[in-house]
Amino acid sequence: MKNLKNYILQIADNNLILGQRLSELCGHGPSLETDIACTNIALDLLGQTRSYYQYAASLENDDVTEDDLAYQRTEREYKNVLLVEYPNKHFGYIIMRQFLFDVFHQLFLTELLSSKDEQLAAIARKGIKEANYHVSFSGDWIKRLGDGTQESHEKVQEALDALWSYTGELFDPSEYEKQLIEEGIAVNLEKIKPIYLERVSKLFAEATLTIPETKWFKKGGKQGVHTEHMGYILADLQYMQRTYPNMSW
Amino acid sequence: MGDLKNITTTNTGQNIDPSLIPILEEISDPEIPVLKILDMGVVRKAVWQDDEVYINLTPTYSGCPAMDVMADDITAAFEKENIKVKVKLVLSPAWTTDWITPRGRKALEEYGIATPLEEHADKEALLGNKRIVKCTNCGSLNTTMVSQFGSTACKALFQCQDCQEPFDYFKCLK
Repeated sequence: MKNLKNYILQIADNNLILGQRLSELCGHGPSLETDIACTNIALDLLGQTRSYYQYAASLENDDVTEDDLAYQRTEREYKNVLLVEYPNKHFGYIIMRQFLFDVFHQLFLTELLSSKDEQLAAIARKGIKEANYHVSFSGDWIKRLGDGTQESHEKVQEALDALWSYTGELFDPSEYEKQLIEEGIAVNLEKIKPIYLERVSKLFAEATLTIPETKWFKKGGKQGVHTEHMGYILADLQYMQRTYPNMSW
Repeated sequence: MGDLKNITTTNTGQNIDPSLIPILEEISDPEIPVLKILDMGVVRKAVWQDDEVYINLTPTYSGCPAMDVMADDITAAFEKENIKVKVKLVLSPAWTTDWITPRGRKALEEYGIATPLEEHADKEALLGNKRIVKCTNCGSLNTTMVSQFGSTACKALFQCQDCQEPFDYFKCLK
C-alpha cells in the first residue's frame, strides 16, 4: 500500500508542479492565445492531480485530504521529476519543457490504461484525451519556433540544450516503482523509452533542432531531492496554508 | 421535451430514473447557461435507493471548475424538494462529446458555440486548419482557427473570414 501511495504521489506531483509553473503565466503569457493555452493546460493538469490526490488520500486511514497532500508536505516529500521545476525563462523554455513532458505523459498514460489498478487506469482514461491535445499544441510550437526565424531557432535550441539532461529521470524508476512494475500496476518505463526517443527525435529533426550529446542526466526528484527552484515554487504554492493554517474558502 | 427519451437510451451505461428528470431538467451548465446538464450527458446515473437519490456525475475535462458548481446546484435543487441526495464524481467511462444530446447541440449552435464535429473532422479542423467548422453567425465555412484553447477548457477559438465574427467551437473529445 505504501508503494502504491508513493507511486500515485509521484505521478500527481509532476502534474501539480508543472501546473503551478504554467499557472504563473496567467496574465503574463507572450500573447493572449498562448497565455490562455498554457493556463488551459495547467487546468487540465491540476484537474488530473486532484483525481490522483483524492485516490492517494483514500488509501490512508487517517483524515488526510487531497488538500493536505497538495499543500502540507515539505520539499523532500514531493516526488516530481526535476524537469517540471525548471523556471519559465522565456517562451522557448516553456514550450520545450512542455513538449518534453507531453510526449512522455502521452506514452505514460497510454500504458497506465492497462494497469492492474483500476482506479489508476480510470484516471488515465480521462487524462489521455487531454494529454493528446497538449502534445499537439506543444509539438506544433516546437516546429514553428525551431524552423522559424533565426532568433526563434536559437532560443528554442538553447532551451533544448538546457533541458535535455532532465529527460533521463523520466525513465529511471524509483525502488517502489520497480516493485509496482513487477506487479503490473506501474508503467514499464523501459518499454516506452525507445518510443519516446523516436518520437522526439523525429519532431526535432523536422524542427531543425539538434539533441545535445550528453551521457549524464540529472536526477533526484523521485527521491525527493530537488533543484533550488523547488523551494520557491512551494513558497508560492503553500503560502496561504502556511500563513493561515487550515483556511478554506 | 421530445429528446428526453433519448437521454436515457442513446448513451451507453447511463441510468436515469424518469421520475428524477423534472428536477434535473432545471439545472444548467454554469459556464454555458443555455445548456442543460442533462443535455451535456454529464449525469451518468440518477437513481432512488430507499428514500435517497444517488447521482453520478462525470467531468467533461479533469480540471473543469464547473463540476463543483454543478454538484452544488444538483444538491440545492433536490434539497429544495426535500429530497436527500448524494452526488459522486466518476471518471470512467470518460466523458465524450458524443454524449451531448441533439437538443444540446441545437442549444449550443443558437448560443453561438459551434458544435463538435466527428473525431476525424475535428482533428483536421484543430490541427490541420481545414475549413470545416461552420460560422455560428453567418453559416460560412470560410473559417480559421485562432487558438486551440479558448475561454473555457472545453472550447477552441475560431474566426469567420467572411463576416469576421469570432466564435467558440466546442472541441471534440472522444
